[in-house]
Order: sequence, then structure tokens, then C-alpha cells
Amino acid sequence: MNVMQDHKKLTPDDFISEAAPGVTQHHVEAIARKKSLTPGVDAGPGKMAYASRQHIYPKAAKGTFRNVKWAIMAFTLGVYYLVPWIRWDRGPGLPDQAILFDFAHQRLYFGPLEIWAQEFYYVTGLLVISALGLFLVTSVAGRVWCGYACPQTVWTDLMIAVERFWQGDRNAHIRLDAGPWNFERIWKKTATHLSWLLIGLATGGALVFYFRDAPTLAVELFNGTAPSVAYAFLGIFAFSTYLLGGIAREQVCIYMCPWPRIQGAMLDRNSLLVSYREAIGEPRGPHKKNQSWEGRGDCVDCKACVAVCPMGIDIRNGSQLECIQCALCIDACNEIMDKVGRPRGLIAYTTEHNLASASAAPREGLKLLRPRTILYSAVIALVCGLMGWALYTRADLEISVLADRNPQYVALSDGGLRNGYTIKISNKTEVVRKVRIAVSGIPGIATSMIGFEGSDPVIEIPQADVRAVKLFVTLPRDARGKLHGTSTPLDITVTDTTSGVNSARHTSFHGPEHDRHHDDKHGQEKKDQDKKDRDKKDD
Amino acid sequence: MASDKHFDEVTGTETTGHVWDGDLRELNKPLPKWWLYVLYACIVWSIGYWAVYPAWPTMSDYTKGYWNYSQRAAVTQEVADAKAAQDKYRVALSQTPLADVGKNPELLQFALAGGQATFGENCAACHGRGAQGGVGYPNLNDDDWIWGGQLDNIQQTISYGIRSGHAKTRDSAMPRFGLDGALDAAKIGDVANYVRSLSGLEADKTAAGRGAAVFAENCAVCHGADGKGNQELGAPNLTDGIWLYGNGQENVVTSISTGRGGIMPAWDARLDPVSVKMLAVYVHSLGGGK
Repeated sequence: MNVMQDHKKLTPDDFISEAAPGVTQHHVEAIARKKSLTPGVDAGPGKMAYASRQHIYPKAAKGTFRNVKWAIMAFTLGVYYLVPWIRWDRGPGLPDQAILFDFAHQRLYFGPLEIWAQEFYYVTGLLVISALGLFLVTSVAGRVWCGYACPQTVWTDLMIAVERFWQGDRNAHIRLDAGPWNFERIWKKTATHLSWLLIGLATGGALVFYFRDAPTLAVELFNGTAPSVAYAFLGIFAFSTYLLGGIAREQVCIYMCPWPRIQGAMLDRNSLLVSYREAIGEPRGPHKKNQSWEGRGDCVDCKACVAVCPMGIDIRNGSQLECIQCALCIDACNEIMDKVGRPRGLIAYTTEHNLASASAAPREGLKLLRPRTILYSAVIALVCGLMGWALYTRADLEISVLADRNPQYVALSDGGLRNGYTIKISNKTEVVRKVRIAVSGIPGIATSMIGFEGSDPVIEIPQADVRAVKLFVTLPRDARGKLHGTSTPLDITVTDTTSGVNSARHTSFHGPEHDRHHDDKHGQEKKDQDKKDRDKKDD
Repeated sequence: MASDKHFDEVTGTETTGHVWDGDLRELNKPLPKWWLYVLYACIVWSIGYWAVYPAWPTMSDYTKGYWNYSQRAAVTQEVADAKAAQDKYRVALSQTPLADVGKNPELLQFALAGGQATFGENCAACHGRGAQGGVGYPNLNDDDWIWGGQLDNIQQTISYGIRSGHAKTRDSAMPRFGLDGALDAAKIGDVANYVRSLSGLEADKTAAGRGAAVFAENCAVCHGADGKGNQELGAPNLTDGIWLYGNGQENVVTSISTGRGGIMPAWDARLDPVSVKMLAVYVHSLGGGK
């Protein structure tokens, strides 16, 4: 027996049965019900390989958590839609959008921060912090992310609100769906789906603004001159918003999302979870006027908690994979408890620890500081610290040094040795910079660069660009005694000639094994042998 | 029917009815039907590939598909596009005198990259991937040049080769002093000692003294009276620290006895002038260019 079958035989009586004086009993069964635990419910045909989706008609909830969810929805959607429009002056020739992912030029702009493609580890750091943050809040208060802030939840919530606007709340919606395909049903359905598509378009439309100057792109999108990739992504996100938020809804959380499976590892007996407090609620049953509350539970079995649940579960069956912890059942139940004059909190944020005792208040003896939460916090602090340090010490002039490996060194005709290095100099500022390269660490060395005159040339690096130069470091024959074995430390420093800002890298100067050139007796033979060995290696 | 049903005690979920090892049961958690429909949709979608892409072999050919797609054609097109993109630089390179390539950083960068690729395909077989050479194959990184290390010297060597048979090839022949009987073993030994002493290697002073006269008589005409060589004739400098065929006494004796004369092919027929130009710039940039 499923809900769809229920509607076919709905009678007006179905909507007036009472769980308590003035409290309607909802005719609703949890979609993901645990059949044998729900007394009196037929377990259905059973042994199905595939199950039909049962449509959920969540009833509108009113109360504290609903208000919190509205506020979070307004905030997150506001951030999502408005952020691309915030401006940030970076000077001429540069984008003035505060947050911009400029893939074409391989730059990410976050306000004053400009991240280059090779610095993508900052984004990795951000993702690591986000993941750890998720772990932390989950261990403290369960799936807060799922219940309040996940885009799937926020957009589904918005889609459901729109659906209610056109088709009415739960009962009206059920009646409409059970009725014939008349004009009223057709236009209400059309209006709902059109609204969803418009929301989808707005979602996809806002997304592309993060990747290209928003005011420019907005005009381009309307007059048809925007890049085709912008239209493609707009289309993809419009469609997926419509599909996942409007149509698929809870199916995404139950069947597609890995997070419900992972979260179990972060919870413990002290985590705050939306729970039905069985010790207070049972035995449940409808409550008659003037009936004593002695010897029975507070639950009047009105099923308001099931009716409001967007996931279609019965929270009274305990912790379930499907539960996104949105707390709407708390609002629904508190409203009923107020009506029947019993204390609020039959469904509440409480810990497994407190659930075991009938007398414990929901958050009695709450332990926020546990090894788990302390560890998560410590790791978050550590990663934040590392990121902060990396950002603080982030240089706008940077070099990378790559020592030639083939050949590692070159013997010169006068008996000297030469090493080659490829040096990449990044200028992360918006002005042309003039730099000099200095090499230190071995006395007597000389340098030269391909494409430049003299031993200490000034190199121009265009604004926001990288320049690669080939540096040759030569060690004269009589200074070869200064080498320590095959590899001698060498420091290469690049210095801005105007500001004095510099960036240094540590590298090595390579020479032959057991260099005895300064002892001329065997020097040449040895060198010759080394050359042969080297050739063998290179082969 | 009801008697067939079995529910797991812990979760309250119906099981599939299968039992293994007497008590092991599987919970029945049916997939949603839409999941199945997505699978069917994917199958239908994949059939579309048969229609638009090459798919089925036929007796002598294969089905070409509606889009007539071919990876070979695609890569040919990509290569053509890449060539077209290079045209701007190749034209500029062909019009720029060799000596001026280095003055244009953009052109230099293109020539170095192109030269490196061409080197890897054509030259690395003998000179090594890093142009480090080997016995008999000169190291192009160092500052010792047999036929000259200026840009135009290098370009000429690459174009026409050395003893390549090309009309404009670089050519010279070192006599086989020992094999042809011009010098006896004792004199060869003496002159080898003298040659080694020129670059500061350990040598028998008396023998070297005798060898000086032999050198002046037989070798100086090409290698110079001071032994510093002659790049016009491809006669190596014998006073420096670089020895193409080894600097041991026996190596030098062999060189004098049998003569030396490496061969390098002419590349002008195999490489276009722009590629040769890029190669010359690249080889010159390896560090020893004059």
C-alpha cells in the first residue's frame, strides 16, 4: 500500500480523524518505513528488485527551525546571486570583479588576492578546511550541512515553496494529484514547472557570472554574443537545478550523495541529533479529551512529524540514513505539544547518551569538547595556520630553478666546468619589473645567460608574466678544488633592481666524481673516464 | 504469501529470501526504478554512437557513421592547424638573418623550442639527447669546435654535413700515419707524447722533445705550429682539455696511426632551411656558441 493508492480512495473523513482534541491525524506513512516495526502496516508485495518512487507531499512547517531555514536560504541564495556583482578596483587593464575565476587567463581573483594556476594549492587548502569543517559540525550536531546549507537542500526547499504557492499545501496538493487532468490541474502544474525552470535559469545564469565579468556577460547573454561555453554551462546548470531540486529532490540525498554514508563515522554518543525521545513518547496513541497522561506517552500519533518530513521518513523509527536533520519535525511536534498541553521537545536535538534516560533533558550534560571535536578543531587550526602563513609569505616575485640533467655538467676546453640552469621568474605584479640574477655559494664562479650581454644583465619581466632564462654557471679550472664531491650547494637569487625584493632558490653545482683536476697528474685520464661513464649513463 | 516474508530482526527490513550458510541473509533494498530507466536511457544513447561514429566492421571496410569521424583525420587536421599556427614564426624566421634571431625574444624562444624538437628527432641518435656527445661524437655543449662555433659555422655544418658526399660538404682527411707507413711506431710514440704535453698531460719529456720535431714536420701543417688547430680544415685544437677520441697515450697513438675523420650527414635535403636555422640557434645556445 503506498501513498498514491491512498489518494485514490480519499474521503473527506480522511481529513477529520483526530489524534487529540483539535489535532488532526495525518494519513501518512513513512516512505522509507521499516515495515515490521510499523504495526498494522502491510509489508507490501516484497522481493522487488526495483521500487517505484513514492511521491512525498511535505506539509509546510512553522516554528523556530523553519525560520532558521528561511533565513539561511535567504542568506545563501543572496550570497550566490549577488557576489558576482561586487566590484573590486584592481587598477587599469584588470578585472574589477571581486570574485572571479578567470580560466581564460588562468587566474583566480578573491578580492585583494590573485591566485595563479600554479598556486592552485590554496584552493586545495580551502577544500581541506571545508571538509574538516564538515567533519567538525557533523560530530557536534549531525548533518547540519545536509539540513540547512547544502545547495540540494536549499534549492529543494525553494522549489517546494514555489510548488506550494501554485498547488497548495500537502492536502490540496494530494487532492489535485488524485483528481482528473482538468484545466486547474494543468495550469497549476505548468506554472510550477515554468517557475522551476526559471529558478534553474537564474541559477545557471548566476553561475556563469563567476567566470566572466558579470555586467558585460549579462548584456552578452541577452543579445546573444556571449561565448558558447557560457550558454552551455547556463543550460547544464539550469537543467540540473530543475531536475535535482524540482524533480529528484530526496532521491539525490538517498541514492546519489555519498555523504550520508560517510557521516556515520563522525557521529558518537555525544553528537546532537534530531531524535524522537522514545522514553517520553511511548506508548503512543490518540489522546481523548480529559484522558489522563498517566501511564502513556506524550506521542498522540498525529504523524505531523511524518507529514512535514521532506525525506518522507518517520523520525520515530530512530536514526536513519535518509534523515537530513532539517529539524522540521521538531517544529511540527512542538506545535502539537503546545496544543495538547504537553512539554515541548518530544522530538529534539539531543544526544544518544540522553535518549537512553527518560528523565534526562535533551541537552543535559552536553559535552562539546571531546577528543573527536578537539582533534578536528586542531587540524582545522593547523591547516588555517599553514594557509595563512603561505598567504602571508606569498611573494609577488618568484623563481624556480631547474638544473640541467642531461648533461649534468660540461667540461670546457680550458679545463673548467659548466652547469646549466633553467630559471623561471614569475612577476605577479601588474608592472614591468627589472631583475638581476645573482649566484653564490662557490668562490670563483662566473655566470652568463643566453640572449643577454654581459655577466650580470638586467632582465625585464612583463607584468603578470613568467619569463624563462637559461643561466650558465662556469667554474674555472683552478677553482675546481672548491667543489665538494659531485654536488656542491649553490644559491640563486633574483632581485628586483628598483624595490630590492628578492626570491632565492637553493640548488647544486654538479661535477665529475672524485674530481681531481687540480691534481693534474691524473686529472685528464680521470676526466676522460668520467666522460665515458657519463655517456654510458646517458645511453 | 505472508509466510514467505522474512524480516531482519535488527533493521526490520525485509530480506530477499535467499539464505547462505544456514543463516546469512541479504536485506532487500530495491533500487529505485528511475535508476533502471537511466540505465535503459544510457543503452539507447549508446546505440546513437553506432549511428554517428565508426562502429561495425564490414567485409572489406567498416561503417563510417553519420559524422564520418576519423581519429586519423582529426590528428591530421590538428597537425595542419599547429603548422598553420607556426607559420607566422616560420615566415619571420626565414626572413630574419641568423645573427639577428637572438635579438627578438619571441622569435628566439620559438627557434629554441623548434630547434630542440628537431634536434631530438634528427641529431640525438649520435650526439645524445642532451647533445652531450660521446667518443667520436662531439659534445655540443662545450666550447670546443672542430669546424667553428659561430652561428653561421654551425648552420653550414648542419646543412652540408662533414665528409657527407654533399657538393658543399666540409671535408678534410687526416693521414693514416701508421697504417700508410709514413711514421714508424717509435716516432708515433714520440709525437703522441708531445701532443699530450701540449695540453698539460703527463708525458715522457724526452720522448716529447723528440716528438716536437716530428710534429713540426708532419702535423703542424693542419694543426698549426702551436697545435691550436685550424677550424677551416677541421683540425682540432690539441692544446685544450677536450679530446674527442680520448687523451690516453694509447688513444692518441691510435688516432695518429689510423687517422681520424668523423662523418656527419648533410641535412639540407632532409630538413627545410627554417628547421636548420632553428637547429643552429639551438645548438649555439647550448652554451658553447661563439
